[in-house]
Amino acid sequence: MKDNQQLWRWTSLAPLLLFFGALALLPVANILYMSFHTVQWAEGVSTWTPVGLENYERLPKDAFFSIGVWNTIVFSVTSVAIQMVLGFLLALAVVRIKWGSTFYKTIFILPILIPGIVIGAIWKLMLDFDFGVLNQINIWLGLQPLDWTGSVKLAMPAIIIVDVWHWTPFVFLLMLAGLQGLPEDVFEAAKVDGTGPFRELFKITLPLMLPTILVTLMFRIILAFKVFDEIFLLTGGGPGTATEVIAFSIFRTFFFENRVGLGSAMSFAVIFAVALLVVISLAAQRYAQSKG
Amino acid sequence: MLTIKAQKRLGGFIRHSWLMLSVFAILFPFLWIALSGFKREIDIAMSRISFAPVWSNYEELLFSKSSTYLTNFLNSVIVSFSATVLCVGIATLAAHSLRRHKWPIFAVSAILIFSMIFNMTPAMTLVGAWHSLFVKVGINNTLFALILVNVVLLLPMALWLMMTFMRDVPEELEEAAAIDGCTPAEIFRKIVLPLVVPGMMATSVIVFVFSWNEFQAALTLTTKATQTVPVAIAKFAQEYEVKHGAMAAAATLSTIPAVMLMLVATRYIVSGLTNGAIK
Repeated sequence: MKDNQQLWRWTSLAPLLLFFGALALLPVANILYMSFHTVQWAEGVSTWTPVGLENYERLPKDAFFSIGVWNTIVFSVTSVAIQMVLGFLLALAVVRIKWGSTFYKTIFILPILIPGIVIGAIWKLMLDFDFGVLNQINIWLGLQPLDWTGSVKLAMPAIIIVDVWHWTPFVFLLMLAGLQGLPEDVFEAAKVDGTGPFRELFKITLPLMLPTILVTLMFRIILAFKVFDEIFLLTGGGPGTATEVIAFSIFRTFFFENRVGLGSAMSFAVIFAVALLVVISLAAQRYAQSKG
Repeated sequence: MLTIKAQKRLGGFIRHSWLMLSVFAILFPFLWIALSGFKREIDIAMSRISFAPVWSNYEELLFSKSSTYLTNFLNSVIVSFSATVLCVGIATLAAHSLRRHKWPIFAVSAILIFSMIFNMTPAMTLVGAWHSLFVKVGINNTLFALILVNVVLLLPMALWLMMTFMRDVPEELEEAAAIDGCTPAEIFRKIVLPLVVPGMMATSVIVFVFSWNEFQAALTLTTKATQTVPVAIAKFAQEYEVKHGAMAAAATLSTIPAVMLMLVATRYIVSGLTNGAIK
């Protein structure tokens, strides 16, 4: 009986451990190992030369990587901030209407389910300089057509618009679930006391929603951090380095420049930064809980 | 001063207007690309609103000898379907094991924290390592390799979701079954599984969608024969002369699973997307 239990306990967890070990931990170790080498390919044979920390010393000086890091931060913060506000306003509207909420929910799910590449394709047609709908509207309004994806100034805002379109519905869904879970008696009491709508929003709804808001923020920042697909299709990281993001720098270094050592160093630096971020935020959460 | 009734009406009107505006903003780009799939290249270039619809883009995509789209679609179906079954199966077993089989707390935390870190990391960081691993094992550029990568990429999310669904299974039932002499495997199969089926459905829908949409690994780990739909669409846009019509048609067809799921499984999608976050 006891043996049976031990056996099942291990067999039920083993597949997960196997996958994580072979396809997540092992590759990370491999990346770490490769990052201390330069790898050269000649006639299908690779020669590995150990170079110590040279690849890491090159990271801050690399033209693409530091810009990629900065752009990723700018992109994530801006687009997630806009999505949080819009998503919250949409959820607030849906939770207070009497009919049609299922209809709105069904429509709003759509962008979440669509491949990032298709989102890129859709907006490639919408944002095209010559025949895109947005520029047609501009011309119709008597304005100058704008080179959305081809100009250094507009490329990042254009990508942010696309991301807001793509992910605001996700924020909406989580916020709506949060709003629907709030205790109703608090709001009834506020109504009896004659609390105005703005006071109710800032003094009651928002504080009660704080846990949902924080979790949504975390989920969104994770996904924003990984952005690649839409940028790959719309701007290819350009023009110049205007929309270069981390995932793109790594892709370029590995597959266009064939610098496996440097690419590995970039990869490991990113994994390390992410791990640090997770551990720090978990520690902060624990600290806050022990205080509260 | 408005009467309370008029105020309520005005509020409802403002809310519905704001929501309908958002519905338009979401649906218009979809309709535009769906229409573009029926336009000739010249109609697209002239941005004509009225045009004579043609099937040529779809015909070329589906029936021309040079097009690999049907193969790509089949690849996508095979990869997403297998990855979903494997991933949800592994996650369900593991979630039950981690919740009920008294693993030391540090081991459970270590697995969950690791899976969180792994989930936050862009897939691109590990593509190089996967590639060299698959070359060594001799399965590079195969659908099998892509399935394995999809499974591991989506395991953190599936595990996270199944852990929350598993919490709702009453522990007393399992204890009662154990007293009645059920083996752990029987308890899992006869008591736990039937209770978490809705949770597994929700998780499957989400995992399937994310796997269907996956691009970074598919782009770097496949060749023309094994590429999936997103890679095929990207190639239309990357060619020297962008084929907008074909790209639009390919993109429109690729949304079929998503639209079907949206129509039949909204409930599961919503519960899958919100459960892990809110509970």
